[in-house]
Amino acid sequence: MTGSPRLRVLVAKPGLDGHDRGAKIIARALRDAGVEVIYTGLHQTPEMIAEAAIQEDVDAIGLSILSGAHNTLFPAIMRLMREKGGDEIAIFGGGIIPEEDIATLKQAGVREIFTPGATTDEIVEWVRTNIHPRG
Amino acid sequence: MSAQPKPAPVASEPPRRFSTISDMEIQECYTAADLAGRDPAADIGRPGEFPYTRGVYPTMHRGRPWTMRQFAGFGTPRDTNERFKFLLAQGQTGLSTAFDMPTLMGYDADHERSLGEVGREGTAVSTIEDMADLFDGIALADVTTSMTVNCSASIILAMYFAIAERRGIPMSALGGTIQNDMLKEFIAQKEWISPPVPSVRVIVDMIEFCTTHAPRFHPVSISGYHIREAGSTAVQEVAFTLADGLGYVEAAVARGLAVDDFAPRLSFFFNLHNDFLEEIAKLRAARRLWARLMRDRFGAKSPRSLMLRTHAQTAGCSLTAQQPVNNVVRVAIQALAGVLGGVQSLHTNSMDETLALPSENAAMVALRTQQIIAEESGVTNTVDPLGGSWAIEALTNRIEAEAEDYIQQIDRMGGIVRAIELGFPQKEIAEAAYHFQQQFDRREKVMVGVNRYQTNDKPTIDILRIHAEVESTQVARVRAFKAARDQARVASRLADVRQACRDGTNLMPLLIAAVKDGVTLGEVCDVYRDEFGIYRDPAWL
Repeated sequence: MTGSPRLRVLVAKPGLDGHDRGAKIIARALRDAGVEVIYTGLHQTPEMIAEAAIQEDVDAIGLSILSGAHNTLFPAIMRLMREKGGDEIAIFGGGIIPEEDIATLKQAGVREIFTPGATTDEIVEWVRTNIHPRG
Repeated sequence: MSAQPKPAPVASEPPRRFSTISDMEIQECYTAADLAGRDPAADIGRPGEFPYTRGVYPTMHRGRPWTMRQFAGFGTPRDTNERFKFLLAQGQTGLSTAFDMPTLMGYDADHERSLGEVGREGTAVSTIEDMADLFDGIALADVTTSMTVNCSASIILAMYFAIAERRGIPMSALGGTIQNDMLKEFIAQKEWISPPVPSVRVIVDMIEFCTTHAPRFHPVSISGYHIREAGSTAVQEVAFTLADGLGYVEAAVARGLAVDDFAPRLSFFFNLHNDFLEEIAKLRAARRLWARLMRDRFGAKSPRSLMLRTHAQTAGCSLTAQQPVNNVVRVAIQALAGVLGGVQSLHTNSMDETLALPSENAAMVALRTQQIIAEESGVTNTVDPLGGSWAIEALTNRIEAEAEDYIQQIDRMGGIVRAIELGFPQKEIAEAAYHFQQQFDRREKVMVGVNRYQTNDKPTIDILRIHAEVESTQVARVRAFKAARDQARVASRLADVRQACRDGTNLMPLLIAAVKDGVTLGEVCDVYRDEFGIYRDPAWL
């Protein structure tokens, strides 16, 4: 990894709920693993998240959703990223998301979804393997 | 016996430290020496007597069982009304309402920020007609109702009072609890509109109003539940919850209220996590510390002002999506800790709650768990059977002392509102949550079926699905309601609310008048946003 640019990941919390325990733990674990992490804070709209991802020029967006609104929020953010020319920014996520919805979301282009019980090591490892600095 | 396979080799070194889930180290054995220098009569005493370590009432669950109050809410108000009636028919003794995220954050169902969230995590209430549907056919004077709502609580309570009046039931006859604890929102649950200072002002308006007009209603439920769910330790849960309580008492006293007039109606809400002995000790420590603080800091004299009466809920964060039926066992152990810890009211989680809101079957098993503890286990036959156990008393002493240290740190910062502005409790909790996660990742802390004893089976239980029509139905309903109102009256009522925000007039009578004339929850919250400002997440990591 020496010499290569650091990975930049936006950890984002869309929706109206305040469940930020997971988002904060993931943000901190990625940071401890050497990833540059930007955390949006709570209650972000899809527009705010897409805007932040472009502005911060990140390599990936990690979305944490525990409100049941994943089928609305993931597609909305992906559409905005396409419109803003950020399609190559990878989108992954985690939260309370039923199995059958995971399949649909992955088909729609979400790269990976982690559910409760995933360890921080698994998530860090996945990011290291699958997300690359866009140069 | 020789045919039996050899025991599987132990995968890792046995742990050298024994500690609670909060990582509080536990001795091999406790003896009288661990209580040396303490006065058992003063520390432990008798149930129903200061400092209430053994429980707030002399006869506790022998005299009166705890209220079985299952939290319920999803879809349209009509959907939730049906669930309420189902739960009452199953022997539940109180109601507890879950609202959806738009309602909790102060947006009507037809607001663009509500998109995708209407009726999902609770039920959708934007208007007085939604509230009327929610409690349709339920005897409001006979059942006590708990409503879990915070930054928009003032409007929800106004709607509740208004629909009762419509049915000829005076406010003074209504019993129940509204959560209305904004300080813990900033610390943990994080549903807010405006910054801490104006948020506390609205709460004091509600305390003041209920003290005079609705004396059977608990206007605040000081909540540690969410603090624990956010990842705190048991000590932090006690410390930050009681610190929040002190914050409300200080603010109400500063308003000119007499402590013994309102403090008897403050109630609490704690979490029941996995660590059985720690949880029992936690509840005992919280009661003792609160009684002492109320007496020494505020000179409260009425015994009811000193009593920490509490609802409790088993820990949502302890449930696992993996092997979900195991959750029934976790919930039973947690609920038993609550009963032995002396709670007044209890919610037991359903086994499917990491996957979705509870299905009817899962909700029934959860209620039956309480009924089995109450009517089969025998633990209610005597009060505080664990009182005097060296281990329990030593843990109680330790949790009380460590929680009091935190409260003194908060005092030195200038009180809980200032501590929240500095992010102190928030950062302490995030630290504890990360510490637990690391212990979990190293398998020093075990979650059965998740980091030990895993199987590859996918969960096979039926879950409750919220259909997309709920949102479109609710949006159409709110739009039709808004179109049919007397718009001039709505504008005039909103102007009154705005004026009261500015000049400090108690908001409650104006809110009751406003919702009766069709003002919606989101419209009042827009006024709050304008007048009190919008609080934004400081996003501390």
